[in-house]
Amino acid sequence: MTTTTAPAGGPAVDTSPSGAAAGGPRRRTGRLRRIGLPYLLLLPALVLELLVHLVPMVIGIVMSFKELTQFYIRDWGTAPWSGLDNYKVSVDFDAPVGEALLHSFLVTVGFTLLSVGLCWLIGTAAAVFMQDTFRGRGLLRALFLVPYALPVYAAVITWVFMFQHDNGLVNHVLHDQLGLTDKPSFWLIGDNSFLALLTVSVWKGWPFAFLIVMAGLQNIPKELYEAAALDGAGMWQQIRRITLPSLRPVNQVLVLVLFLWTFNDFNTPYVLFGKSAPAAADLISVHIYQASFVTWNFGTGSAMSVLLLLFLLLVTGGYLALTSRGRRTAA
Amino acid sequence: MRSIRAAATGAVILSLALAASACGGGSSTGGGSNDSPKTLTYWASNQGASIEVDKKVLKPELDKFEKQTGIKVKLEVVPWSDLLNRILTATTSGQGPDVLNIGNTWSASLQATGALLPWDAKNFDRIGGRDRFVDSALASTGVAGQDPAAVPLYSMAYALYYNKKMFADAGITRPPATWDELVADGKKLSKDGKWGLGAEGSNVSENIHHVFVFAKQHGADFFTADGKPDFTAPGVVAAVQQYVGLMAKDKIIAPGNAEYAQNQSVSDFAKGKNAMLLWQSASANLKSQGMSEDDYGIAPVPVQSGTPGAGRNVNSMVAGINLAVFKNTDNLDGATEFVKFMTSDAEQKVLNTAYSTVPPVRTAQSDAAFSAPDTSVLKDTLAKSAAALPQVTDESQFETAVGTAVKELFADAAAGRPVTAESVKAKLAKAQQQMPKK
Repeated sequence: MTTTTAPAGGPAVDTSPSGAAAGGPRRRTGRLRRIGLPYLLLLPALVLELLVHLVPMVIGIVMSFKELTQFYIRDWGTAPWSGLDNYKVSVDFDAPVGEALLHSFLVTVGFTLLSVGLCWLIGTAAAVFMQDTFRGRGLLRALFLVPYALPVYAAVITWVFMFQHDNGLVNHVLHDQLGLTDKPSFWLIGDNSFLALLTVSVWKGWPFAFLIVMAGLQNIPKELYEAAALDGAGMWQQIRRITLPSLRPVNQVLVLVLFLWTFNDFNTPYVLFGKSAPAAADLISVHIYQASFVTWNFGTGSAMSVLLLLFLLLVTGGYLALTSRGRRTAA
Repeated sequence: MRSIRAAATGAVILSLALAASACGGGSSTGGGSNDSPKTLTYWASNQGASIEVDKKVLKPELDKFEKQTGIKVKLEVVPWSDLLNRILTATTSGQGPDVLNIGNTWSASLQATGALLPWDAKNFDRIGGRDRFVDSALASTGVAGQDPAAVPLYSMAYALYYNKKMFADAGITRPPATWDELVADGKKLSKDGKWGLGAEGSNVSENIHHVFVFAKQHGADFFTADGKPDFTAPGVVAAVQQYVGLMAKDKIIAPGNAEYAQNQSVSDFAKGKNAMLLWQSASANLKSQGMSEDDYGIAPVPVQSGTPGAGRNVNSMVAGINLAVFKNTDNLDGATEFVKFMTSDAEQKVLNTAYSTVPPVRTAQSDAAFSAPDTSVLKDTLAKSAAALPQVTDESQFETAVGTAVKELFADAAAGRPVTAESVKAKLAKAQQQMPKK
């Protein structure tokens, strides 16, 4: 690890060609100091970044090539290299492990698309409606942000109580009071668990979309709306022709961030369903956790994580390339 | 100038310090030492009604130990939801406690990691010999034929807890001894929003404990003699179907129990919502929920026919807690001394009384303190009709795979879908495919 200090300092010395040729020793050290200082000051941040992000990531990638089961975790230097075996197991979609991973992946994709879409829709709608000043606007804004401000664990545990079959509030309202269902439904097990998960995720996520879009709306000049109104544009047309195009850069970032958060969300499904999630709501983060911690096969778990990382990199890269090209052609 | 130089020096030093500290965390894989003979770290499992209760029970005993030996024990009570993860992390990093409690069903899996001190004859001699412990408890300390990975500390067994008043109201004079009787009684009791039996349908471990016993009663095992999974054996399928059938077919378990995983069925029993409960050492828990000992009776878990015994009349797993020494300890002698202390007759009496468990130590077990009716049912079961869960290295995976399959079957039953031999077999086949290939 100590070697990381050398390359960071090294280039500063080597890449000062004029300093070596022309100036005297005094000028050289002066220039060296000028060029080297920023690097030196960046060094702690760089080392921290290496420690906190890159080292665990690299270790994770190394682990994915090892047969790291309970027999080797005590001294995992001795774990045998398994080549691509962990990856083969993970992507062999005809075998149970790969099939389960694929199923979990598809569930996660569907869940993420729905959740991000709904979060964005509700958040944007709320932000647009809150643009006009009216009595109690501040109060409503504060109220809308509550789910975002609550600690995740406390909030989701409350949802667990509400979703309970026998004593839960949800069944009390849907079944006992409104009579919408023939009998009380199960929300935490079986197929409905997907709906429960989606509800909690949207409830938790939309205030963030609301906050960001609201901030974006502040930057749209009032004059645009006034001009449009003079030209006879209705509210819907104003939203379509002015609000949405002006929000484009904000939305691009917002959707990406929401996507990454939702796709990787671990807390919500884990607190809702525990270690073994129902098949209908088997999100990939919990699935990978189960594959490594519950079955003690950290090699396969790491391989799945690396695959997930690659997928997210691919999506993010593609998304950024696509949106930045769109911006360039627009400009 | 000087301040810039100082800043630069500071930056370099900070980076070096960060890099050095990152390298310092490496794991030592040695076999233990006696480098710090005056302290021990002990991870206790959560045995009482809460972690605070455990601290209150254990603290005076640890003080006694310090007075005797001069060794200070740092106690941490780890909740069950974290314990296995904490042990795995400690195993990976080599930074763990000196002595720790483990669930006895994990013994073989943890034994395979090599993180725990093996109890060979020499080590057993230091705590008074292997013969001090009863055989059924020793059977749950690791793979047969290998030196145990831990020594038994507390023993528990399943029993049938029943609500005396609800039984009397329904005209039932004695607790059921067979499953047919239990179902018949359960049907009488399941009415007016009350139910015959409680279950923890979403608790993977509870599911395993029950289907294991049912499988024994059907003459089947989840693993073949050489340790290969055999989940789709006809007896195993029949066993799982019978257990889930208590909700699906017999309808004596409330459908809502399918999502229970936080001991809600114990609360339901304490509140009189369920008339019966299959549980291990529930007395202390029921007391903390305000249920008086006079309100419930304790009987052996039913069998298919006849009376509890060996073979097909097994009616409980050998449940319990084992005490293990972490191989990386830096106070090996002290750790062994502590195990000797905790398994001494005097401590066994104090601790097992506090937790309403049965001492796995022969001499302590015969004490009058453990002859009360509730303990004697548990003691009898352990002595005559309890069997150890499969001691295979894949036990942890088995619990997850099969326990989840049973959880899904309960979800089916709760949703009103039929639970047939075919649907059970399909789920179990899927569980078997998820087991590691060797």
